[in-house]
Amino acid sequence: MEKDRGHPNRLGIWGWIGGGSWGPDRYLYTLHRITGLGLLFYFVVHIFVTSSRAIGQSAWEESMMRVTGPLFVLGEYLVFVAVAFHAINGVRLVFAELGLGIGKPIEPIYPYRTCLDDQRPWAIGALLLIVALVVVGALDFFVWH
Amino acid sequence: MRDQKLWTWHLAAGVIILFLLGLHMAIMHLDALLGIFNPAGGHPIDWANVVARGQSLAFTTTYILLLGTALFHGLYGLRNILFELDPAPPLKKALSWVLILVGVGLFIFGTWAAWVGYQVASQA
Repeated sequence: MEKDRGHPNRLGIWGWIGGGSWGPDRYLYTLHRITGLGLLFYFVVHIFVTSSRAIGQSAWEESMMRVTGPLFVLGEYLVFVAVAFHAINGVRLVFAELGLGIGKPIEPIYPYRTCLDDQRPWAIGALLLIVALVVVGALDFFVWH
Repeated sequence: MRDQKLWTWHLAAGVIILFLLGLHMAIMHLDALLGIFNPAGGHPIDWANVVARGQSLAFTTTYILLLGTALFHGLYGLRNILFELDPAPPLKKALSWVLILVGVGLFIFGTWAAWVGYQVASQA
């Protein structure tokens, strides 16, 4: 007899974006994963680039020279945006994981409410904070410097 | 049970990263406000500033802590994404081992770089 493997993710990656009638929370989930994967890739590259510090000044300056220019500034800004989103949305997810801001269990009486309805103000607040950081970051990257 | 523990560590690592990466981003991008961490002036990645921060054992320790927590958080997150694609059990095991080896390898390399960087900065 085949072992019961629960309910596997039958939709795979496609389920991230086209899984059905998902609400905004589903797209926050998708963005959380995309930014997470992007940051992991950047972090691994960052480890190798900044390790040149161990060799000395000339190696450090040479490796920093390789990552300068408008394209890298734009890339660095995108990393900043990804960090801002992943961090703030991550805090929201930790709160939800701990049962904070999702309300108490209620009877399923019409009109139905879900924990997502209680969570929505938190999600909107998180998005506003992310937008504020993204704007301040843009000023720092492209105007103040 | 094991996955539950790893998931809790994943969340805890996220909170640690929030503080350490927040500090790192502030030092690198709010240098006009946090000039104390860039005593030589100029850009935070100028060698003189890198040496000034690198001479601090506290900075070196936080680099290594951030390295370890970020690698665990990132690679465990990647493992969760890959596992959701429902690979066969032997492939799951192989993926776990590959990610562990990659994580440990990067941690050793990054720790070496941070420690030698600390020694180089201390001698400068």
